[in-house]
Amino acid sequence: MNAPILEVWNLCAFYGRAQVLFDLTFRLQAGEVMALVGRNGAGKTTTLKAIMGLVSASARQATFKGHSLGRLPTYKIARLGLGYVPEDRRIFTDLTVEENLETGRRPAPAGRSPWTPERLFRLFPNLAEMRGRRGSQMSGGEQQMLAIARTLMGNPDAILLDEPSEGIAPVIVQMMAEAIRAMKAEGVAVLLSEQNWAFAAGISDRACVIERGEIRFQGSMAELMANEALRADTLGV
Amino acid sequence: MDPAFLAVQALSGLSSASSLFITACGLTIVFGVTRIVNFAHGSLYMIGAYTAATLVPQLLELSFGPVTFWAGILASAIIVGLIGVIIEVLLLRRIYGAPELFQLLATFGIVLVVQDLVVQVFGPQDILGPRAPGLRAPVEILGRRFPSYELVLIAAGPIVLGLVWLLLRKTRFGVLVRAATQDRDMVASLGVNQALLFTGTLFLGAFLAGLGGALQIPRVSANTGMDLSIIAEAFVVTVVGGMGSVPGAFLAALVIGQLQAFGILIFPKSTLVVVFLLMAVVLAIRPHGFFGRAEIIGGSHAVGIASRSPLPGRGFILLVVIGILAAFPLAADAYLLKVATEILIFALFAFSLQLLIGVGGVVSFGHAAFFGLGAYGAALGVKWYGVSMEAALPLGLALAALGAGLVGAFVVRLSGIYLAMMTLAAAQILYAVAFQWVEVTGGDNGIVGVWPSSWASGPIPYYLLTAALTVVTVLLLKRIIEAPFGYALRAARDSEARAEAIGLKVRQHRWLAFMIAGAAAGLAGGLYAFSRGSVDPSLLGISTSVDALTMLLLGGIQTVMGPLVGAAALHGLRDWIMPLTSLWRLLLGLSIIAMVLIFPRGLVGTVRDWWGARA
Repeated sequence: MNAPILEVWNLCAFYGRAQVLFDLTFRLQAGEVMALVGRNGAGKTTTLKAIMGLVSASARQATFKGHSLGRLPTYKIARLGLGYVPEDRRIFTDLTVEENLETGRRPAPAGRSPWTPERLFRLFPNLAEMRGRRGSQMSGGEQQMLAIARTLMGNPDAILLDEPSEGIAPVIVQMMAEAIRAMKAEGVAVLLSEQNWAFAAGISDRACVIERGEIRFQGSMAELMANEALRADTLGV
Repeated sequence: MDPAFLAVQALSGLSSASSLFITACGLTIVFGVTRIVNFAHGSLYMIGAYTAATLVPQLLELSFGPVTFWAGILASAIIVGLIGVIIEVLLLRRIYGAPELFQLLATFGIVLVVQDLVVQVFGPQDILGPRAPGLRAPVEILGRRFPSYELVLIAAGPIVLGLVWLLLRKTRFGVLVRAATQDRDMVASLGVNQALLFTGTLFLGAFLAGLGGALQIPRVSANTGMDLSIIAEAFVVTVVGGMGSVPGAFLAALVIGQLQAFGILIFPKSTLVVVFLLMAVVLAIRPHGFFGRAEIIGGSHAVGIASRSPLPGRGFILLVVIGILAAFPLAADAYLLKVATEILIFALFAFSLQLLIGVGGVVSFGHAAFFGLGAYGAALGVKWYGVSMEAALPLGLALAALGAGLVGAFVVRLSGIYLAMMTLAAAQILYAVAFQWVEVTGGDNGIVGVWPSSWASGPIPYYLLTAALTVVTVLLLKRIIEAPFGYALRAARDSEARAEAIGLKVRQHRWLAFMIAGAAAGLAGGLYAFSRGSVDPSLLGISTSVDALTMLLLGGIQTVMGPLVGAAALHGLRDWIMPLTSLWRLLLGLSIIAMVLIFPRGLVGTVRDWWGARA
């Protein structure tokens, strides 16, 4: 579990002339869940987007499974096995559940059993009942499940998961936590951006605290739990 | 009325609906995925017709029969599909993120290039295609003869609809295309190579355009006017159906086909008008067409003038410019004065468009409508009421302002690409009226004998009159741009929601801007009529609108003075190069494309950037 799967050095990002990320350096170990926590506007979402190559003005050195991400276009980054679930979910609302899953389908690496719609429907039983339903007719929580399931269809080795608990009912948040544990059990590493501290604390092995675009803390979740002063200062919890 | 006649009329309406749908379907699919309104779609249709009209007879020489004929049609469509791929790889791929105005202009650049290339490759003559083997004899319908080929066309539309539906619904390509229609970045994040998807989409779109064109060869001969006439109709179909919606395009094509078939009985000469009126009515009721959706409105359109500190000594510069303009007749001969007069007129025309596009973010693609209204208003006044120039110019201006008020009332409700299409349609309606209402407008020949009053006739007095009116109007418009009204327009351009939230009546402001811009364009049109002594429908045509847009682009959309420089540059270049080559349109088209790709900030903007970087 100690081999880094995703390493990022000196990640910087800009919106216009404003710099929003300052030299972020962190690594995600294979098979672990790491939480990226921080206040609203700290730069969590931008960090995930920049890793995927979706922020045009960004500078970074990053490797994924030893491949340099350099200036790779987004689709090639995804094809290396790095999945991305955006915060606003971005379900294709015109497409049915099954069609949404189809958009994410990519072959599994040799020797791994691929995610199939059937396996995903077992993970998210709610989706099984609405295979033919269009994305536009689903609740926020259902869309969130579909967004995760769609990314898993690409059989990723790691997933960047942006605010999975945002704006959904508590009972579904519970299901999200289950799903993340299930992914971890399958060996998928998860980089989770979260504002919901209790949710993040409950499922993460390690944490990375971001404040105003800079990393304030990086270490095990237990360590962060113990450091009340830092939590109060950066997260208000 | 005779039922047999009605039946035949309805059938021919169905067959033209089919042909129109096949072409428009490609346009709407390409728009749905790439968000580019491809002006060159009509050119691809024309290439399809020329290719088939050349290729199919040669194939029939080798082996005569229906199989050869249809194989030739299909081969022509595939060739056109490959041309579409070339266009995507060389040009479209580079402008997916560009403002929609640039996209429209760049694809219009392709239209110009193809017009000259088609003449070079296929020759200037119309090419009459062969009739389809096995379908030469007409069939009898209720005792009337009806061409059997038309029946095949009627079937072709639904067949294409069915195949496209299967492709989009039942294949992975189709699922990805529909997903990309909604969210391109997300599709890329899932590991899909967008470039390949877009290239595939362009192949499909161009293939359908080529098929639409190739299917026409037994009905009409391939000719160089096919591109613009079909693109105007295809635009109407896609807009009425809802941009990006294939079933919408089918329904719209059906409605338009029948409207044309029966409209011809009511207004024998004005089918075009009826078609564009339908579009106006549909957009007034449903601003996004039958099945279109609000979120699909095309690329960004907020490019325009930004605030900057005034140049030091601007009053002095203004005096120098006026001095040079006033002293110009001392140094110039009659020819140069004529050129200068026209440059000034077009500078005013382009400047009036700047108020809409650069300041208001209202991307009008039919500004020629108001230029033409001004010209026709003045000419009609002279011809029918015998008024003098002093009365005719205000008459033209008033007619243009009135027309702009009318068009504007529809247009300000729309945004993005729908607005561009609607203004284009308005200009096309007026073009059709001028072209077809021969008794009043003189039709294609236009109106002659529109001469200035004696005090203003002759190159020098008319030049001075034009210069004075242009300078005064430009200063007035500049004042308007820099007044709170201009700021309000810019606020609405940059964020309509925020402008409304602070209490600006965005639509009213835009409407007023539309009328002011229309009036100024009308003045330019009136001046143009008297400078040439005549008017004709081309003043209202698409190419006149595109001329104004090109001047804007050439000079620089982000600058107040850009259009004036652009008008001088374009007009000067045209006068200099056109006599030297028969490939003027090719050069112009390539220049427009190069401008969009390399100097999107125009001459004035580029110089200013360079100056700013030095300082």
